[in-house]
Amino acid sequence: MSQQLSINGVTHTVDVDEDTPLLWVLRDVVGLTGTKFGCGIALCGACTVHIDGVPRRACITSVKSLGNASIRTIEALETTPVGRSLQKAWLDLEVVQCGYCQSGQLMSAAALLAGNAAPSDADIDTVMSGNVCRCGTYGRIRAAIKQAANEIQHTTPEGAQ
Amino acid sequence: MSDTPSHQLSRRSFLISTAAAGGGLLIGFRVPSAGGQSMDPTLEPNAFVRIDRTGAIRVTLPYVEMGQGAYTAQAQLLAEELEVEIGQLTLEHAPANEALYSHPVFGDQITGGSAGLRGAWEPLRRAGATTRVLLTQAAARRWRVAPSTCTAERGEIVHARSGRRARYADLVDAAARLPVPKNVALKSPDQFRIVGKPVKRVDTPDKVNGKARFGIDALPTGVKFAAVAACPVFGGQVGTIDDTAAKRIRGVRQIVRLEDAVAVIADHTWAARKGLAALKVSWNEGANANVDTKALIAECDAALDRPGVTATTHGDVQAVEAQAASFYEAQFRLPMLAHLAMEPINCTAHVRKDSCEIWVGCQRLALARRMAAEASGLPLERITIHNHLLGGGFGRRLEADYVAQAVRIARHVEGPVKVIWSREEDVQHDYFRYHNHSRVRVGLDANNAPISFSHKIVGPAVMARWLPVFFQNNVDLDIISVSAGTYAWPNVHVEYVRVEPPTGLNVGNWRGVGASRNAFVVESAIDDLAKRAGKDPLSYRRELLAKSPRLLNVINKVAELAQWGTPLGAGRGRGISVLDDFGSYVAQVAEVTVSRSGQVRVDRVFCVVDCGLAVNPDIVKAQLEGGIVYGVSAALHGKITVAEGRIQQGNFDDCPVLRMHDTPRIEVHVVPSAEAPGGVGEPGTAAVFPAVTNAIFAATGKRLFELPIDPTQLRNSL
Repeated sequence: MSQQLSINGVTHTVDVDEDTPLLWVLRDVVGLTGTKFGCGIALCGACTVHIDGVPRRACITSVKSLGNASIRTIEALETTPVGRSLQKAWLDLEVVQCGYCQSGQLMSAAALLAGNAAPSDADIDTVMSGNVCRCGTYGRIRAAIKQAANEIQHTTPEGAQ
Repeated sequence: MSDTPSHQLSRRSFLISTAAAGGGLLIGFRVPSAGGQSMDPTLEPNAFVRIDRTGAIRVTLPYVEMGQGAYTAQAQLLAEELEVEIGQLTLEHAPANEALYSHPVFGDQITGGSAGLRGAWEPLRRAGATTRVLLTQAAARRWRVAPSTCTAERGEIVHARSGRRARYADLVDAAARLPVPKNVALKSPDQFRIVGKPVKRVDTPDKVNGKARFGIDALPTGVKFAAVAACPVFGGQVGTIDDTAAKRIRGVRQIVRLEDAVAVIADHTWAARKGLAALKVSWNEGANANVDTKALIAECDAALDRPGVTATTHGDVQAVEAQAASFYEAQFRLPMLAHLAMEPINCTAHVRKDSCEIWVGCQRLALARRMAAEASGLPLERITIHNHLLGGGFGRRLEADYVAQAVRIARHVEGPVKVIWSREEDVQHDYFRYHNHSRVRVGLDANNAPISFSHKIVGPAVMARWLPVFFQNNVDLDIISVSAGTYAWPNVHVEYVRVEPPTGLNVGNWRGVGASRNAFVVESAIDDLAKRAGKDPLSYRRELLAKSPRLLNVINKVAELAQWGTPLGAGRGRGISVLDDFGSYVAQVAEVTVSRSGQVRVDRVFCVVDCGLAVNPDIVKAQLEGGIVYGVSAALHGKITVAEGRIQQGNFDDCPVLRMHDTPRIEVHVVPSAEAPGGVGEPGTAAVFPAVTNAIFAATGKRLFELPIDPTQLRNSL
């Protein structure tokens, strides 16, 4: 089945069975390897992408379900102010160790901040507990989300985008 | 793991310089290794540093990056002595070559044992310093001045008196013709400007934008994708295959049958996975089809009653025990554990008629190359390994079974093939930390003071297979590390009873290695002994550690940090632990809350580490933080079980790990020090098990002798 997908603002035509998860289309067909495979059944969050702005686990999202949706991956995170603030905070606080889960962590955090300019610890727990990190960077992720939120609030008068 | 006397880091090494092909200077070492390689100056040098005529400084990093900050720390060591900024260096993975890049203690090309930095500490600084001296001498000759009047600054040699400057790039050819200076002086810690500073990590900018390339991200031209299933019963083999339905799946190209596994090759991973699901395989389950965890545990229990091999003995335990007023005896059981690195096991291989190329992230590259040679039937020099970043190692990637498997599959495939294990495959065909049992017996005098310490250790000899130089006189030197704790017992006896799992059940190294079993055993016993002596666990340890200033210091500091002794609410408790291993000194205090139903929450962990000179204090902190999270996950949840020869767990649902909401708040303090650096990747993990169970003991009065923590044992214990 040939299907058009809008990924990071670029239209890709892919020819795969309609039950194929977006994860493998991104990685194996389109060649965007920033989105990671971790569990295959939406338990770890490593494959988190944004579909029409909503965080989704690409490993269980079939291409059939996508229609004309706008797909954004880690490779396009830096195109938004929230994304740039998060990346900066991640590096400022040296969140990253092996880095394998961090694409998914950042995409979850970006969705969190897009909808909640000043998340509480409980808000962070709720949204980020779907993302597993085996290097144990959770404490720094929490701090980096807060730093990014703070920066966004102080640089954009209307608050987070 | 411990540095036993015969395994101290070698300080001898043999330095060479040469003109690089195409011009420029190349500096390398031959390091005599524990493997006993002879030093042959005609061999290709390991080339830690190459400076070409454009001024590009290429640095080859012998220790792989799996998140522990190895690339940054190695770059710091070189840049410090070479007098350049880290940003001036181009960093490259070392190729697989044990003759050139062996760790000085292990005698093979290994990143593990929390020993990478210790292995790099002297050779990389010497490589940098020697390069700098050669460049300085070349400039001094050109200017006809004394070398001592020249200095090196940010990639230039400067003669301050005359104001002359020369870029390294313009000096490399002249420097390459000079004899290598001997005994170049290294900087003292007070002269460091890069080492000891929390400089920014070099590997992380590409890890926040999707550009970083892990092994699983390799996409060589024309690559196909494989899904693989090994026999679910360990040690079993493939029987018959019906591939009719699998071949009908769109995108499936080929079915590959190995002795112990089947693989489906397809245009992309999903087609391969669908093909694998459609493949009908009957397995010859072999001898292990009835093995279960109960039997494995019973075997280890029985081994505790067998005499073992003497591992350590001081004083005369037998004689002293005859005078003991009483004894403390306890038995401990530790479970099988999986690693669950975030990047599932994978390897990409391309086997041609006369060569083989591998794309992988591996902690033991030379072993990977040897296994690829064996699996492909090609000579070693025909195997090329492209090393990648590792999405976590934790000891799993100290093995290279998946490299051999990918090569065996690739032999049947035209072009490169990427083999990715499902998470279930990753868990079920791990090289597990095996069951470990222990019995401790402490002789006490009339005042409940310990006069003898005996420890019988039951477990597999991983080193006998994995690193035979660490298996001596029938004793696995890793499994007995810190087996008498950090305490100077006057009379001590450690015995080792080797128990191996059934053939086919693979066991290996797990973060914290020997210390992660023995710290739990010994620090639990110490807590019990304090209780029996009617003493506070902190003061009791202080007395026993009176002659160990660095341990006393970390334990005192952690007590202060955790406000030891201040009251906590009902159901809450603090536990303390101390560890001296990997060349570092660590003390931890855990705070827990135990609910009426016995559920344990680890609220906070305080950790003080004296790892000697912290080359990058922020990375040290991060390693301790991460090690603690890894250990708490295992303490609360880590348990792999076997039924009918099959591993019963498979993914993050039945192998739960800590997540954001249940991760303790962690505070790490790094003790300033100018002593030689120690390892930091593993002590955080090893020391947290007893800190947590001792905290549970403080909260409930219930001593846990088994891991993982079982809430049913704590129900109504408050």
